[in-house]
Amino acid sequence: MLATEAVRELEDTARHLRVEILKMLNTAKSGHTGGSLSAIDVLTVLFFHQMRHDPSNPRWEERDRFVLSKGHAAPALYACLAQAGYFSRDDLKTLRRLGSHLQGHPDMNKTPGVEVCTGSLGQGLSQAVGLALAARLQGRSSRTYVLLGDGEVQEGQIWEAAMAAAHYGLDRLCVVLDANALQIDGEVAKVMNVAPLGPKFLAFNWQVLEVDGHDVQAIARAFAEAEQTEGRPTMIIARTVKGKGVPFFEHKASYHGVPPSDDELGRALEHLGHS
Amino acid sequence: MIATRDAYGQALLELGRENERIVALDADLSGSTKTGLFAREFPGRFFNAGIAEANMVGMAAGLAAGGMIPFASTFAVFAAGRAFEQIRQSVAYPRMNVKIVATHGGITVGEDGGSHQSVEDLAIMRALPNMTVLCPADGPETTAAIRAAAAFAGPVFIRLGRSKVPIVFTDGAADFRIGRGSVLRPGTDLTFITTGMMSAQALAAAAILQEENISARVLHLGTVKPLDVDLVLQAARETGAVVTAEEHSVIGGLGGAVCETLAEGFPVPVERVGLRDVFGVSGLAEELLIHFGLTPSHLVEAAERVLLRK
Repeated sequence: MLATEAVRELEDTARHLRVEILKMLNTAKSGHTGGSLSAIDVLTVLFFHQMRHDPSNPRWEERDRFVLSKGHAAPALYACLAQAGYFSRDDLKTLRRLGSHLQGHPDMNKTPGVEVCTGSLGQGLSQAVGLALAARLQGRSSRTYVLLGDGEVQEGQIWEAAMAAAHYGLDRLCVVLDANALQIDGEVAKVMNVAPLGPKFLAFNWQVLEVDGHDVQAIARAFAEAEQTEGRPTMIIARTVKGKGVPFFEHKASYHGVPPSDDELGRALEHLGHS
Repeated sequence: MIATRDAYGQALLELGRENERIVALDADLSGSTKTGLFAREFPGRFFNAGIAEANMVGMAAGLAAGGMIPFASTFAVFAAGRAFEQIRQSVAYPRMNVKIVATHGGITVGEDGGSHQSVEDLAIMRALPNMTVLCPADGPETTAAIRAAAAFAGPVFIRLGRSKVPIVFTDGAADFRIGRGSVLRPGTDLTFITTGMMSAQALAAAAILQEENISARVLHLGTVKPLDVDLVLQAARETGAVVTAEEHSVIGGLGGAVCETLAEGFPVPVERVGLRDVFGVSGLAEELLIHFGLTPSHLVEAAERVLLRK
């Protein structure tokens, strides 16, 4: 259980990171708003509570690894990395610009704190399986965390990787599925229904937990439970709202890949209590 | 005579004994690709992905990101085809230290037929930025190429064959270097520029041409990318005519690479020997080499054609 104070701190951090995400997307004038906002509470708990990592030594061997398989939520990841101190917050203004180390999708060779290159959906989980296998071979206690999208699990490779993770009994692999129920073309259930998600991963021999993906206490509790699990990987299905935190973006597929305009940014910041 | 895949299996096993960072992956073909040798001695460092090539390549990328040196194997048609985008996104784009060893390249796969005969893998892999593409001629050069790939930091695609091929590098290919070609036979009238098992065919063709008092150089390129531009241009300058030969489509592979280089650097007449934009068919390997025009006598005919254009 997180203390009330710790919960409040994480919530404050997440609110601040939402502001950072909206500002950087507005400055970049392109990028993925909805899926960054749906994922940020999970990422906040990961980067500022759960994961062992050292921003002053990004290649620290014993660190936990994080793979943003839904790479289009890069703004959420960059906001966390800047907040943690991997690079200057000023860099966020260069998102997607020529010469910036902040590419449209995460690039391990350009951005400190990014572990692998993602962006083409469906590939991050396989890479995470490889990272977890490498940690086991080297006798490291590092844990591997992954964030998947719910549209992303339409990719067949996800299920190949899910099979492998269970086959190898990767209990230090913990995946969060950002189930915001929307993808570019509309509702996941209408584009290509992936439900029921829990039973699918259970059938693939995973431990499955379901949480409210905006409740930092519940998210932290799920990570703690995953840590206690032996012999199989953990899938945390985080029920989220696309565009969460900005009422006029919420539940809208149309804001999947659209940045906030100046006017929308102003109203969003007002709503988030940021002046 | 030894199949390059057999040399690979042995080389990988020896590398595994020397370096515990070496790991191997396969997609249910470890008996055919010969990674099974490694798997038997190092079961803890061998990962069978099952029939799931996309995930195999992704796992290999993750293992490399975690500090291991993965060798991932399957047939060339599945490696370059099925798992292309995984190689692109998870291996080539991040410059991951993954070695893709693709066996059963080309038509000498034989009886399995066109579905299993990759005639486009060199072209596909060559087009990827950051990718190094090797296609050794024989067993000894395969051993050298596998060792060089292990020592090289970055992605490498190595194309090997199913069938036994003659030994060309009787000296053991000790001076193999990634990116450097080998003049297997000197010559002044034309140059055969070849890769893989076609280099042995070119040596046989050059011997036939010698009887007709035609002096044919044989330049073997065990590295298709980066191309040994110096040796290719030197061959064009010194012999004035080129015949390329590969167990692959004439589009985009070695012939394509040589033509691009010569067109920009020193244009001379070129004849490309390879599959003429067609898929393979079932048959015995030796029958297919005749059927698709990849024998020494076909190379002799190509040489005679190119000399008429000189």
